Parts: sequence; structure tokens; C-alpha cells
Amino acid sequence: MGQKILFEKIHIPGIKTYDVYRENGGYASVEKALKMNPDDITEEVKTSGLRGRGGAGFPVGLKWSFIDKKSGNPRHLVCNADESEPGTFKDRYLMEYIPHLLIEGMITSSFALGANLSYIYIRGEYMWVFKTLERAIKEAYAAGWLGKNIKGSGYDLDLHVHCGGGAYICGEETALIESLEGKRGNPRIKPPFPAVKGLWQNPTVVNNVESIATVPWIILNSGEDYSKIGLGRSTGTKLFSVSGHVKKPGVYEIEMGMTVDEFMNSDEYCGGMIDDRPLKGLIPGGSSVPILPKHLIFKTANGEDRLMTYESLSDGGFATGSSLGSGGFIVYNDTACIVRNTWNFSRFYHHESCGQCSPCREGTGWMEKILWRIENGQGTEEDIDLLWSIQAKIEGNTICPLGDAAAWPVAAAIRHFRDEFEYHVRFPEKIKNRDHFVNEPFEKVKHLLQNTTV
Amino acid sequence: MKVTIDGIEIEVEPGTTVLQAARMIGGDVVPPAMCYYSKLKDTGGNCRACLVEVSKGSEADPRPMPKMMPSCKTGVMDGMEVKVKTSERALDARKAVTEFLLINHPLDCPVCDQAGECDLQNLSFKHGLEKTRFKEEKRTFEPENIGDKIQLHMNRCILCYRCVHTAEQVCGSRNHGVLNRGDHAQISTYVSAAIDHEMSGNMIDVCPVGALTDKTFRFKSRVWFNKPFDAHRNCDKCCGKTTLWMFGNEIQRVTARKDEFHEVEEFICNECRFDHKEVSDWVIEGPRKFEKWSVINQSNYTRKMDKVVIDTEKQILEGRDQDRKKISMKEVPYKTSEK
Ligand SMILES: Cc1cc2nc3c(=O)[nH]c(=O)nc-3n(C[C@H](O)[C@H](O)[C@H](O)COP(=O)(O)O)c2cc1C
Ligand code: SF4
Ligand code: SF4
Ligand code: FES
Repeated sequence: MGQKILFEKIHIPGIKTYDVYRENGGYASVEKALKMNPDDITEEVKTSGLRGRGGAGFPVGLKWSFIDKKSGNPRHLVCNADESEPGTFKDRYLMEYIPHLLIEGMITSSFALGANLSYIYIRGEYMWVFKTLERAIKEAYAAGWLGKNIKGSGYDLDLHVHCGGGAYICGEETALIESLEGKRGNPRIKPPFPAVKGLWQNPTVVNNVESIATVPWIILNSGEDYSKIGLGRSTGTKLFSVSGHVKKPGVYEIEMGMTVDEFMNSDEYCGGMIDDRPLKGLIPGGSSVPILPKHLIFKTANGEDRLMTYESLSDGGFATGSSLGSGGFIVYNDTACIVRNTWNFSRFYHHESCGQCSPCREGTGWMEKILWRIENGQGTEEDIDLLWSIQAKIEGNTICPLGDAAAWPVAAAIRHFRDEFEYHVRFPEKIKNRDHFVNEPFEKVKHLLQNTTV
Repeated sequence: MKVTIDGIEIEVEPGTTVLQAARMIGGDVVPPAMCYYSKLKDTGGNCRACLVEVSKGSEADPRPMPKMMPSCKTGVMDGMEVKVKTSERALDARKAVTEFLLINHPLDCPVCDQAGECDLQNLSFKHGLEKTRFKEEKRTFEPENIGDKIQLHMNRCILCYRCVHTAEQVCGSRNHGVLNRGDHAQISTYVSAAIDHEMSGNMIDVCPVGALTDKTFRFKSRVWFNKPFDAHRNCDKCCGKTTLWMFGNEIQRVTARKDEFHEVEEFICNECRFDHKEVSDWVIEGPRKFEKWSVINQSNYTRKMDKVVIDTEKQILEGRDQDRKKISMKEVPYKTSEK
């Protein structure tokens, strides 16, 4: 049993309520932090090696140290609870079952940053979680952990939850800030970075729910203790939200450094493949990261064990690796159709592109249409190359990383599963009933491709 | 600060963007800009047509920037080296952007009022493919009125956001914006009558394509059949300095004066633009010149024209006369003198 940091107390009955949370040692980190020097807290977080859990993996302490304290403008901490990445549902679990942990983290972190007005931006679809958080915040105000002169320390903090309108793009930190300001959620062009000019042009830090919820533990123990957990530069524990063809989908907290094999096949975690069917592919970090084919899941290209760390999952770059992303662990068995899955992702990005910059606005729609054609047996051989060319033209040419996130899954699918695309193009009659691969796994029909020439 | 663009060095003030520095140099190192507008704040960054390669970040940090950078939003650093037309990657990116901008564009230039002075036509001419790779149906919208003098053809819009910034900054209100997301995003006002500001006509001028057009000019003429003249009048709402687009003695259209980057020199009011179509309303300064290659020079009157001599004219006319007699209308006189 690995160490639990976020889920340590999650199974205590009634932990959702303030009283139970407090009885179980809740808000102790705030008590400790208020007696510390804010910069020392930032130092602790830096030492911990905690990396942002929202997807980019940027060190949290380092981000905090960039916040502009000299300008004298008010500072803000914004918690990114927009969690809309397909395959990722870890933040919801935390907020739903142990909301006070996030609030405690928000107070401690806001104190470290010297922020007196902080926000939690939650996606609109999480309405019931929004209500849970509101209730918890009310309790925290009543108990004196929020508001003016918290526990006699002279520190003031107001915390609000803001509900988004249901756009994936509002999870991008600058779009989130725009949306919070009441504008259309278009990402801003960086620089300036939020740490200098963020919410209402004030210095702002945006962090993921999981990142912030980890801070109380780091303060209560120490940054050094945290850095001892995990492996190398991937310190601490990480939540993975597992979905797809495994026996036990769900949210798991693991110490980083476990092998992918153990995570997927041990009974404590995913419990192996459902119906014991063969594995086909794995997306380790949410829909935006490249899919890994069977032979690259448990071993990296140079034969080492693939581990659940930032470094190991991205080993081999995009050619033979993927990325830890936001921890949305999606497993596919041999009944899954990679073409349809890629189309489905493309459909998502097409729908969610904000439309601000041309390559993403036009490219996502174009890719979706082509993938739809291929998936429905109307594609041509050239369409596969066309798709490749389009994704390459989107990647890197856009304002925000959504463009890249739309391009990578398509690129990886073609890179590793080109034969499935070819199968769709060459045998339209085989796929016309939409049940291909369910009755007839691709491995069994793959040989047909060898008999065709283009 | 010193910055080198395609091997040409230039000294600029801190805070200048790469695009502005390139425009100071001028000529063909200037990247095309479809969304940036120097007369408006916060524009740029959307179209990605101006992407350039920064091959050296600065003197202090000489590393090249990994991604293509939008030159309109990238500030210069001392010692920066930029490649515009000498970078294969930047040219590729520009081609890609051109293709993306065109896939949902109706390509209805033959019936579009902007044809001939359209930035998208220029961009496609330089960087576009000759064939389309887009087989699907294009997205379409119904034309819409934006106030009583402006028509919006959303099909042609490239979502550059210039008109949105104009509405906000020149008309001082936020009643014009973008609805929806992605390729179904749409410029709109919610209530089309909401735009009745006296400067609203400037949206027509800032629009790089034919999405916003002047209803008083619609289908009157191709722009290259008009002769542009600079003119002015005393106006209490704006500078009163305009370009008149003449057909004979008729003023068919009034626009603000546009510089070599197709940006207006000064914004003008709707009264000057829409309500003064009599020659007597204006003091005419003289013909307005355009770039050498502009199609507007088709109606070239700045240079003396040679008389056109058709060698076979006589035979043609003779033949025509014979045909007329042979085929029909024997009774109808060709010329009154023939009777
Ligand atoms: C299109 C897009 C969507 C994103 N969505 C989320 C999200 O839902 N939740 C999140 O925490 N971060 C999201 N991010 C990442 C944020 O921009 C930002 O990096 C993160 O909130 C920083 O927090 P961290 O440093 O704690 O990871 C998204 C980024 C992009 C480009
Ligand atoms: S990449 Fe896509 S989502 Fe991001 S700013 Fe551009 S259009 Fe919007
Ligand atoms: S209508 Fe014209 S100015 Fe407005 S966004 Fe579209 S292309 Fe740009
Ligand atoms: S002009 Fe620079 S991105 Fe449009």
C-alpha cells in the first residue's frame, strides 16, 4: 500500500462536513502557516518539487516565486477546477468528497502569495460540486478560517467559487482569467504571464485543484518529506483517473515511480483488462496526449520499464512516448476502434476551439470532417496523408496549446495505427455496420491489408 | 535596440514589435498582417499570417525561439535576429495559414465588393495553393444588416476581430462581438439595429475582406473601375479627410484614406462616408496613388495613355456590315445616313 496524501482521510464518514474534517486534524496547516513567513512557505513548496497537476507539470513553487510582489498591486490565487479534459475526473472526486482539503490549501497558498481575494473556477457541469464547495466555504467562514483577520493573525482572505459556462477552453489559465472577469473566454497572448498581469491586470497564480490540495500536507510535514516520495523529479503522489477497458476503473492515488504494468494489472489498482481481452492502446494523460500502442506501454522504446512518472511516460518524445498530462488514464482493448476514437477526440476539439486563431479554428473542423469520412468508409488513401499534413500545420502555430492538443492525438493515431486507417479506407464494407473490431478484432483481419495494393 | 530582419539591421525603440520594425524597413521583408491594426489597441495575434522565425532571441539570450512567433505581438530584443522570407518554416506556416483561412471562405470574389482591395486575395495570390484540398461543405451564414448602412457577409469573415475592436474603441461601446466558438463562431451584434454610432462605418474600412461592406456602394462598381481622389471637407465630427471613389462625375463611394499597409490614416464619420455623394460637397485634392502592383491602377489616369490602334479594325467593321445585310434586319438602317 503506497502512501496516501490526498486520499488519506477521504474515506472517513462525514469528512465532507467541517466538524468531522476539523476533528481529523483539518486546517492545521493554516494554523501553522499563519505563524510562518510567506516566503518560507513558497520555499517549502519549491523544495517539495511539487509539479503542477493541471497538465503542463510546471513546478508549483517556482511559479509562485514568479508572482510580482513588487508592483504593490493586489495579488490573486485562482484555483483551476475547470477539469474538462476527456478522461480526467480526479479533481471532481477530491472536491466532491473532501472539499475542505481544497479550501485549506487555498487559504495556505493564498497566504504564501499574499493574496487577499482568491477564486475557485469550477466548470458549469459540476453544479452539485459547486454547491458542495459553497457550503464548505460558508462553514469555513463561520469557523473563522476565511474573512477578516483570520484567527487573529491580521491576514484577510475572501474566497469565492465561480461557475463556468461549460467551455473546455476556459481551463486554459488566461482564458479562465478572461472568463472570470466576465468576458468571452478567449486565451490571452502571452507574455505578459498571469504572474505579472493576470486577473484584472493584477499578479495572479493559477493552479490546479490537485496541486493546491497537496500544499497542506507539505506545510504540515515539510517540503523535504514530500520530495522523498516518488521518483527523481516526479515527486510525491499523483491522482490518476482510470477509464476504459479495465476491471476497476476509478480514481487512484499512487506514489510516482510505480510501473505501468503494476498499476494496470495489480488487484489493488486497475485489476487488469476487462474480460481478459488483449490490450490495444493506452492514453496515459487525458485526451490531449499521444496514444501509446501495445508494445510501448509497459516498456519504453529502449526496453526499460515504463514507469508512472513525468519522465518515463514521455520517454522517447512523441515518436515512441506520450506524456503524463493531467492523469486521465484511458485503456483500450482490441474491440476499440482507434479511428473512431480519434474522430471522437477531434469532434471534441472542434467543438471546443475558441475560434480565435485561424489554424486551430479551421484546422480542428477540417480534421474532424476528414476523420468522420474515414470512419464512415468514405475516406481515401490521400485523406490519411492530408490529416497528417493538417495536424502538422496546426501544431505550434496557435495562440494557446489547445491547437497542439488537437493535433497530437491525431498524429499519434496515424503514427502508431496507420494500418487501421488503411483498413477503413480499403474495406468500407467491413466497417459499414459500425461493429467492426467488436466481433472481428483487428488482429484477425489485419492480414487483408497485405493483399491490397494502392 | 538593434534588430536584424532577413539580414537587414535596424535600430528601433524598446517596445517596438517585430512587425513594426519590419514595416520601418519596408519592402518585401514586411510580413502580411490580416488582423493586426496599428490604429487600434489590442489587435493582432489571431490570424497567424505574420508568423516569423526568431533565429536568435537576443544578445543576452541568443537561443532561437522554438515556435514560429507572431511578429505583430513579439517585442524586439536587443540583438534579435528574425527571418521572414528567408525562413522555410515561416513560409510554410504562412502557406498553412492561407490554406486554413480559405477553406471556409466562399471564394465569391466575382461578386464581392472587396475584390481588388482585399488582403485575403493578396495573401492567397502570394502564398495560396492553386488547388483546394478541402472537399467538405463550407460553413454558411445568412447575410445580416449591421445598422442600416452596413451589411455583414459572415461567410467571408476571417474572424480577425478588427471590427470588434473598432466597435469598442472607435464607437465606444461593446455592442458588437463574437458569438459561439470555433469555426462556427460568428461576428454579430445580437440586435442588428444596435449599431447606430456615428463612427460605425469604419468597420467597413478595417475589415480585411468583404465581410463588412458599404450598402450604399454594393454592386455599383468593381473597385478598379473607380478613380480614387483624395478630398476633404469641413466636418465637425471627424478629420473630414477622405478618398472619393469616382465613376465619371459620380461619387460612388467614400472611404477613409488607406496607407500602404491598407490601414486607414484617420477614421472618418458616417456623415462623410454615407451622406455626401455630391462633388460640390468636397474639395478635391488630386488623384490618390496606390502601390505599383495594385489592381486599382487598372484605371490608370496618372500616366498618359496611348491611343489604341487595332490594325484589323476596318475589316472587322466591313465584315460586320456584310453579316448584318446577309443575315437579318435588311430593312433596319445601320446608320441614319444610310437611309
Ligand atoms: C485547452 C486547455 C485546457 C486546460 N484545462 C485545464 C483544466 O481543466 N484544469 C486544469 O487544472 N488545468 C487546465 N489547463 C492547464 C492550465 O492552463 C494551467 O496550466 C494549469 O491550471 C496550471 O496549474 P498547475 O500548475 O497547478 O498545473 C488547460 C490548458 C489548456 C491549454
Ligand atoms: S489555439 Fe484554438 S483554443 Fe487556443 S486561442 Fe487559438 S483558436 Fe482559441
Ligand atoms: S467582419 Fe471583417 S473585420 Fe470583422 S472579424 Fe470578420 S473579417 Fe475581421
Ligand atoms: S497580424 Fe499577426 S497574427 Fe494576425
